[in-house]
Amino acid sequence: MDTVSNAVHYVFLATAACFVLGLHLMNHPRTARRGNTLSAGAMAVAIAATVWLVAHEGTISTTGWLVLASGGLIGAALGLYAAREVRMTAMPQLVSLFNAVGGGAAALIAVNDLLQADHPAALGARVALPGALDIVIGAVTFSGSLIAAGKLQGIVSGAPVVFPGARLLNVLLPVSFVAGTVWLVMAPDSRAALYGLAAVALLFGVTMVLPIGGADMPVVIALLNAFTGSAVAMAGFVLDETALIIAGMLVSASGGILTKLMADAMNRSIAGIVIGGFGTGDSAPTAVTGGATAQVRSLSADDVAIQLAYASKVVFVPGYGLAAAQAQHELGDLAKLLTDHGVDVSYAVHPVAGRMPGHMNVLLAEANVPYTQLKEMDEVNPEFAQADVALVVGANDVTNPMARRPGNAISGMPILDVDKARSVVVIKRSMGHGYAGIDNELYTDPKTGMFFTDAKKGLSELKAAVGEFVG
Amino acid sequence: MNNLDLLTAITVFVLSVLVGIEVISKVPATLHTPLMSGSNSVHGIVVIGAMLIAAESHTWLGYTLAFAAMVFGAMNVVGGYVVTDRMLEMFKARPGEKKEV
Repeated sequence: MDTVSNAVHYVFLATAACFVLGLHLMNHPRTARRGNTLSAGAMAVAIAATVWLVAHEGTISTTGWLVLASGGLIGAALGLYAAREVRMTAMPQLVSLFNAVGGGAAALIAVNDLLQADHPAALGARVALPGALDIVIGAVTFSGSLIAAGKLQGIVSGAPVVFPGARLLNVLLPVSFVAGTVWLVMAPDSRAALYGLAAVALLFGVTMVLPIGGADMPVVIALLNAFTGSAVAMAGFVLDETALIIAGMLVSASGGILTKLMADAMNRSIAGIVIGGFGTGDSAPTAVTGGATAQVRSLSADDVAIQLAYASKVVFVPGYGLAAAQAQHELGDLAKLLTDHGVDVSYAVHPVAGRMPGHMNVLLAEANVPYTQLKEMDEVNPEFAQADVALVVGANDVTNPMARRPGNAISGMPILDVDKARSVVVIKRSMGHGYAGIDNELYTDPKTGMFFTDAKKGLSELKAAVGEFVG
Repeated sequence: MNNLDLLTAITVFVLSVLVGIEVISKVPATLHTPLMSGSNSVHGIVVIGAMLIAAESHTWLGYTLAFAAMVFGAMNVVGGYVVTDRMLEMFKARPGEKKEV
């Protein structure tokens, strides 16, 4: 390595260190934005250093410069536009899309490396193996993330799409990965092996994600995030760039941790999910204690408003239904009214409230809810006992006390202890079931009142009614 | 540029996973979405790989692959950081603070 190359690689090392520091600063909402800026600044410096390196090495042609500049500008413009315009509810789609392009870019790097090598037949396993892995993981991520984004956006059916032989295909395809990888490592110059492997991987991405239902998306996105990271790390092995290995594995660790957290929160095992249990699992509706509708207590907006206005502590329990009804702003306004009136307000956010990890917090932050009121499950559960009112909006299974007992579809699932509050109000359109397809015992609890209405309309009515009491 | 021996590369690989697990498990659930989109932009470093292959390309196939990789990588980096910043800006300690758009 000459001096310039050396210098550039020291810059890469510093960049990697800044990525770690940036992620470290993400441990508190106060410092998180600084962390992101640090990470972005380091990335900009690394890109500038790479331009310097490329110019210095002098192997690049004029067309190469053109390709580099035009591709960079077009990509940057597309990314900027998407990032500026996206609505917070559509964040999972965007993250999925960025997973797709990251994985796609990583796969293209390996394809290019294997195609362009001067003596491909002489490539050892040192390059061919990570190259093959890069192509497999990158291509699966690319097509899988696009399908996931399509499902979230409503372009592809959100319901599990199952076709005959899908399970068999999902077993056969990974087997062919192993075969294709071995083939490519034995014969790195074989175009058939290269294209075949890429095609099979693209197909697998589609067949893996298609059978997955919308409610399982948090796990899928986190898993694909981990995949992208691994693909980028493999590209680092192919190109001999440690910066890519470090950055890729940081992301992979992050995706892996989030996958585990989401799977735990949804009461699924990762192994079960990976081996084709996706979206099917234990969601078969089970007939449990019926006749629930007869015993519930129905409340009007005024009833609920009185409870809220005279409470000293209120805990809101928002679920995905809130976001689906676009009612987070109404909830934020209601909370502000109560806070100004001296009521202690907090939000109990279950890990899977939303379509991706932590999604609900972003939606509430957008509705001007201060992060000091956003409480994680473990933090808020002991607080329910002191709450005068717990107001559930759009959450169902995660509040069902049946999870504490064995023998039903949600046994063992971590839940919010809403039933420990002195009184409970549930805003819901009907007695319909949640994702697990079972009755919610919370609704028939004597201290629970049901306010049957649409979330957005109901919260607006509550705001008006509370306004009259405290005004 | 084959200057990295396999053992060194694997050492870096393993240590990075461990550092990642250590750092990321401390991120509160409140910030998991920004964490995910932020780590998303970190894997945008793949754009550097795209630049390096653009530098070595001398055929139309090579240019096409490099171009696609550049578009993807640049979109990943720029979009990822901008959207993460947009989200983190919304997290305020007090309700009084208005977000400036």
